[in-house]
Amino acid sequence: MYTLGIDIGSSSSKAVILKDGAELVSSAVVQVGTGTSGPGRVMEAVFAEIDLKPEDIDYTVATGYGRFSVDNADKQISEISCHAKGIFYLVPTARTIIDIGGQDAKAIALNDKGNIMQFYMNDKCAAGTGRFLDVMSRVLEIPLGEMGEAHFKAKEWASVSSTCTVFAESEVISQLSKGLSRESIVAGVHKSVATKACSLVRRCGDIVNDVVMCGGVAQNPGAVDAIEKELGQNIIVAPNPQITGALGAALLAYEELIK
Amino acid sequence: MEININEASSKECLAYFQAKLDEEAWEAKKSGNLVCWSASVAPPEFCVAMDIAMVYPETHAAGAGARKASQDLLDVAHSKGYNIDICSYARTNLGYMELLKQEALTGEKPEKLATSKAAYVPLPDLVITCNNICNTLLKWYENLAKELNIPCIIIDVPFNHTMPVARHNKEYIADQYRAAIKQLEDITGRAFDYDKFLKVQEQVQRSVYWWNKVATYAFRKPSPLNGFDLFNYMALIVCARARDYAEITFHKFADELEAKDAAGQYAFGAAENEKHRVTWEGIAVWTYLGATFKGLKNVGSVMTGSAYPGLWSLVYTPGDLESMAEAYTNVYINTCGSNRYEEFYKVVSNSKSDGMVLHLNRSCKLMGLLNNEGAEYVNAKMGIPFVSFDGDQTDPNVFSQAQYETRVQALSEMMDNNK
Repeated sequence: MYTLGIDIGSSSSKAVILKDGAELVSSAVVQVGTGTSGPGRVMEAVFAEIDLKPEDIDYTVATGYGRFSVDNADKQISEISCHAKGIFYLVPTARTIIDIGGQDAKAIALNDKGNIMQFYMNDKCAAGTGRFLDVMSRVLEIPLGEMGEAHFKAKEWASVSSTCTVFAESEVISQLSKGLSRESIVAGVHKSVATKACSLVRRCGDIVNDVVMCGGVAQNPGAVDAIEKELGQNIIVAPNPQITGALGAALLAYEELIK
Repeated sequence: MEININEASSKECLAYFQAKLDEEAWEAKKSGNLVCWSASVAPPEFCVAMDIAMVYPETHAAGAGARKASQDLLDVAHSKGYNIDICSYARTNLGYMELLKQEALTGEKPEKLATSKAAYVPLPDLVITCNNICNTLLKWYENLAKELNIPCIIIDVPFNHTMPVARHNKEYIADQYRAAIKQLEDITGRAFDYDKFLKVQEQVQRSVYWWNKVATYAFRKPSPLNGFDLFNYMALIVCARARDYAEITFHKFADELEAKDAAGQYAFGAAENEKHRVTWEGIAVWTYLGATFKGLKNVGSVMTGSAYPGLWSLVYTPGDLESMAEAYTNVYINTCGSNRYEEFYKVVSNSKSDGMVLHLNRSCKLMGLLNNEGAEYVNAKMGIPFVSFDGDQTDPNVFSQAQYETRVQALSEMMDNNK
């Protein structure tokens, strides 16, 4: 039996195909999200390299902000449940999840069965999300993929205290004009993301190990480093952290199928 | 519009009496009688005993929000310099007041007033406010009185840092009532009508009885009452509890709910459509009332509990000013955390809720401030999950439908796992 999990986020589209809820057959990521060509392209991409066609899929679960616009999905499930399922499958010791995507940052507390005990998400605000890093990357003229490298070159971390993305952007511009190094500002930007994310984690109660990070921002080692320092402990970055929601969706699809 | 009250449904009565209250306010204005703008949980008993027509800015603003008319009024307030961090009820009302004032001064109706879908209500001749639900109401109403050069009656209600309500607090509030009576005698030039005052108090008690009775239908499982209906019917417990309009309507509504239950008809139709029961904490998101309701309905969550409608559970002994003082001060958000959490717990447990939805309302800090702590208290006692979302009562710019839907869907999935 084949199940498809498709996660249509605000800034990327992800898909995972599983065989019998266990074997990863294919996965794909397209870096544009809901309302774009992303959902269509990720469907093409996930089938491109394999010997399966969409009609071979037995059950599809859609998740992410664009979950209601996915044609042919059998069920829509929130990204909170999907990330929890995907992470717990990959890291059964996970008890705390930090997921930072394009417009959402969330902290999820799990019990030893992988059930969600509590979760908190960011306000209606881009602070502490991937979009925040996106804006800063443009201002600093450092591609997103290189921000991690720049972070570790910082001799000191600049202070980026504004929580509002727009104000933080002008704060960064002012720091650049004062001659602060771009590396130290990058580290300050990561610290700002970390502060926001960790406040969500702490709202869930005592932090229980293992802490696992996923979402697009988990691919940025600078952001991960800043969060580890803010929390004062190590973080496990989920393997292929952008697809954990889609993986969870495919796993939940399998559970639906065998109900 | 006239209707046959005996034959009308409660919904028809609700619409009829709401419109009638506005008409009566205009009739009062035209005939030279007084119109008072009142805070929603300020006591109307004194003014109604003196035949003063009542208008409720919070209900008016909520109605404007529900009709997608609040943004225009907010814009007027912003252009007058009111900050976006001020309560959106206050901003909506101050914007509306500005338009009415312009009309009164120029004789011409400003375009935003002429085209507004908000109910058309007259300017006040006096205002009455009470800080039992927040302190913004003091400055808001003082501002109205200053802008319009009219009297302002303030019922000052101390916060209850300990419960039960201290005797000196009750005595202090009863003295505030006596001062309000004196103020009304000065404003009207007439002696206070104590006989009518007693009758009005008795009417308030009958209205409150039927309001509380209606809420108990959500305690039944499955619930014949869709809790969101309380948000609609609330207009009459706010605006007409001192009249028989509220009593008539709620009595009918209770009878209808009894009949629905007997016929096996529930909030979402068939019993099996009630997949979960949730408590809603906080003021409604009036600008997205339909979206917030549908978000829950889509996942089979019936709202069976809310502490918010209970703000008007104003039970007291008519003829006893200190008893009335206690009723108007022990509103749960005017009490210490421990009492507030326990009151919230009673709502959640009585309504047999499986989860809680917390509205973190940008406008209403007092309603939102301790939401999480209250929910954690209930979670520790009952083990049920909760979610929170950002929103606002009448400012449409704060709420995000997609974020709300994700949260209530996740709550539904957590409630499924708890089964």
